[in-house]
Amino acid sequence: MKTGFLQIRHSRPVDRNRIPDLSFDEFRKQAMEIVKNKGKVVHFFAYEENKAIRLMAVLRTDHLLHVAGCKAPESYPSMSRECEPFHMFEREIAEQYGIRPEGHPWLRMVRYHPNCQDRPDVFGNDYTKDIPGNYDYYSVQGEEIHEVAVGPVHAGVIEPGHFRFNCIGERVLNLEIQLGYQHRGVENLLQTADPKRLPILAENIAGDTTIGHALCMAQAMEAIAGMETDQGAGIIRTIALELERLANHTGDLGALSGDVAFLPPANYCGRMRGDFLNLSLLICGNRFGKGLVRPGGVRFSIDGEMNKNLINRLGELKNQMINVIDLLLISTPSVRSRFEDCGKVGKTDAEYLGLVGPAGRASGIPYDVRRVFPTEQYGKLNIPEHAEHTGDVYARAKIRADEVIQSIDIILSLLTGPIASKEVPAAVPALQPSAFAVSLNEAWRGEVSHCLLTDADGRILRYKVKDPSFHNWNGLSMALRNTGISDFPLNNKSFNLSYCGFDL
Amino acid sequence: MESFILWIMAILLAPFFSGVILKVKAFFGGKKGPPVLINYYTLIKLFQKGSVYSTSTTVVFKLGPVVSLCAAVIALMFLPIAGRQPLLSFNGDVIFVLYLLGLGRFFTIAAAMDTASPFEGMGAAREAYFPIICEATMFMILVLFVKLTGSLSLSAYFAGSSPMEIWHAAGPQMVFVIIALFIVLLTENARVPVDDPATHLELTMIHEVMVLDHSGPDFALIELGAFYKLFFYATMVAGLVFPFDLGSPIAGFGLFWLSLLIIYKVVGVTESVMARYRMDLVPKFILTSFALAFFAAIITLEFIQ
Repeated sequence: MKTGFLQIRHSRPVDRNRIPDLSFDEFRKQAMEIVKNKGKVVHFFAYEENKAIRLMAVLRTDHLLHVAGCKAPESYPSMSRECEPFHMFEREIAEQYGIRPEGHPWLRMVRYHPNCQDRPDVFGNDYTKDIPGNYDYYSVQGEEIHEVAVGPVHAGVIEPGHFRFNCIGERVLNLEIQLGYQHRGVENLLQTADPKRLPILAENIAGDTTIGHALCMAQAMEAIAGMETDQGAGIIRTIALELERLANHTGDLGALSGDVAFLPPANYCGRMRGDFLNLSLLICGNRFGKGLVRPGGVRFSIDGEMNKNLINRLGELKNQMINVIDLLLISTPSVRSRFEDCGKVGKTDAEYLGLVGPAGRASGIPYDVRRVFPTEQYGKLNIPEHAEHTGDVYARAKIRADEVIQSIDIILSLLTGPIASKEVPAAVPALQPSAFAVSLNEAWRGEVSHCLLTDADGRILRYKVKDPSFHNWNGLSMALRNTGISDFPLNNKSFNLSYCGFDL
Repeated sequence: MESFILWIMAILLAPFFSGVILKVKAFFGGKKGPPVLINYYTLIKLFQKGSVYSTSTTVVFKLGPVVSLCAAVIALMFLPIAGRQPLLSFNGDVIFVLYLLGLGRFFTIAAAMDTASPFEGMGAAREAYFPIICEATMFMILVLFVKLTGSLSLSAYFAGSSPMEIWHAAGPQMVFVIIALFIVLLTENARVPVDDPATHLELTMIHEVMVLDHSGPDFALIELGAFYKLFFYATMVAGLVFPFDLGSPIAGFGLFWLSLLIIYKVVGVTESVMARYRMDLVPKFILTSFALAFFAAIITLEFIQ
């Protein structure tokens, strides 16, 4: 397919002068052509260069990435009407740069902060006032309609977010999710902070996806700085990413069990989550893998004794996990009756919303970055295509359970002996001028992607972060349609999306 | 005097038995669990605290915990404990006691509605709906018992040798009645699979969500009321499952407390081996109890003349 977009490879440097500079109309037309041919949005963002605001989009089709830019108009006809996955990105651009997408179906603020251009606010908010400001919730009228507002402060120890349910009796008609309570200005910080701090900032974008974000940053920096990593580093990074997946999937399976008041698996999984985190602790001294991945490689090697230790512990955990999964998903009918047919998102809806990661795979979209855009060791691992088709809580739990066993096997296959990696250079990598790189990884929630643009002096011009939650929150709303309100916690946990990864 | 001592013992020991459920659940979860006296510690802690009242609440809100506790305590006075005569008894006290507990529930619901919180309103709606079916079950069981004993008093069903006589008269039907009564016990006391007493998720709660706004001593009263209510139902189930009249009072007491412990443990095991039902399936589950009681009553009315 020939388009005006440039085909690029992930985690490879691209000279920014080669990226097509289209007129907005042409940009929009070409983008729509790609998304109509099963293309999906990876990034769509604005940035400022030489006092002018520009737009850039990174789209993906099967095994291919496409990029193009254009000069940003004052306002433009919204693309969300034709391609729903642009929805959040357009709102984000409107909030960050004050560019209005005309005819956007639900133009609301994303994170509640003023735009960086001193333009008039698209949402008419007065930012000297407290959150949540001027937010017009979706409302349903009628005798028997009642609204339930949950959050932003929750009963459990979880992140803040506001959920607004429009219900008729116990049935949910519509769920609106309003986030932004954890906005820390991550992207701005990444563009202005001392370059030495960047890897540490990336690790803290979302604490439960430490490795996912750190890896994306490392790969983007390495691409633009022209650094090579050795094979040992690749293996250890792969192991770390899989351990992160293991810990989170295990914890969530336990929480799902706890939400239906079935305690044994909840307790076992809670313990095993700790065991998986302790494996990360063994490798790098931090349970969440902080301080492990740096641009240029990894900071810790795996010696012979640790290798043996990891193999032993993983072998034990694998058997225990198989038993718990059997107890939770197969041999307890009362659990199955709760999980099955609960919170269904059909494949058509999932495609329409552009769901990624386990949530997408549960609805029949087999997209997995590890297979489609492999990084590190994934190219050699032969990741199989895997998807469930029912799109309910059971499917999401099943996908996660299958991935737990798969991840243990991946790690065991990589632990063949001591894995040595050369030391990471302490110096801050020198970035090439006028370069562009996009990195993608399959973190446990799905596609994490970072985009790095440098200016003519080799400084960071724009650093764009996208957590998979940015795609998936609307999937949760969809799952709740016509579902009992008492099943919300169960559905929420089956997605378990990130608040801080979204809020940035 | 004996009845009074037994009533005092029930008042004092009910929190202990509820602690047993926690222990059983912890055992199934592979944990050590909280100490078996945890409920006493919690009560002491709560009584030492102050209460916080929302400015939007009225006197109804403060009345809720008191009335529900009193209802449960008075209900225990009519309950034959360990097969002995209760403190109070009159013909028709069964209906009085059932509606006394209903009064307690009414005030809990009214207190929940008083807070004007959407969560509590939701919980109140559920709490008002499910016990209606329980009431049908209880009256079906009552019809059966009246037929068998000719009396409308709890002491005629559970004191002395009467449980054994009921078994002799209608043994097979008793199995249905026990299962039905056990389902009512689970429903009335907000246990799994109807409700989850351990969850922190307001949207899924039934009973817990209604008492979210109560704090300190008020909450302690509610907890106490819940212990007594569970004790009330558990004693009835225990009386039917172990109807033996051993003659000697010591052996009788021993058997009673042991059987009570077993019933509580069965509740704990039930909670450990199954998940709770989806909210829209709960009424069907409770209706099962009505079907069983109805069946038992039909058989009895038809064949035992």
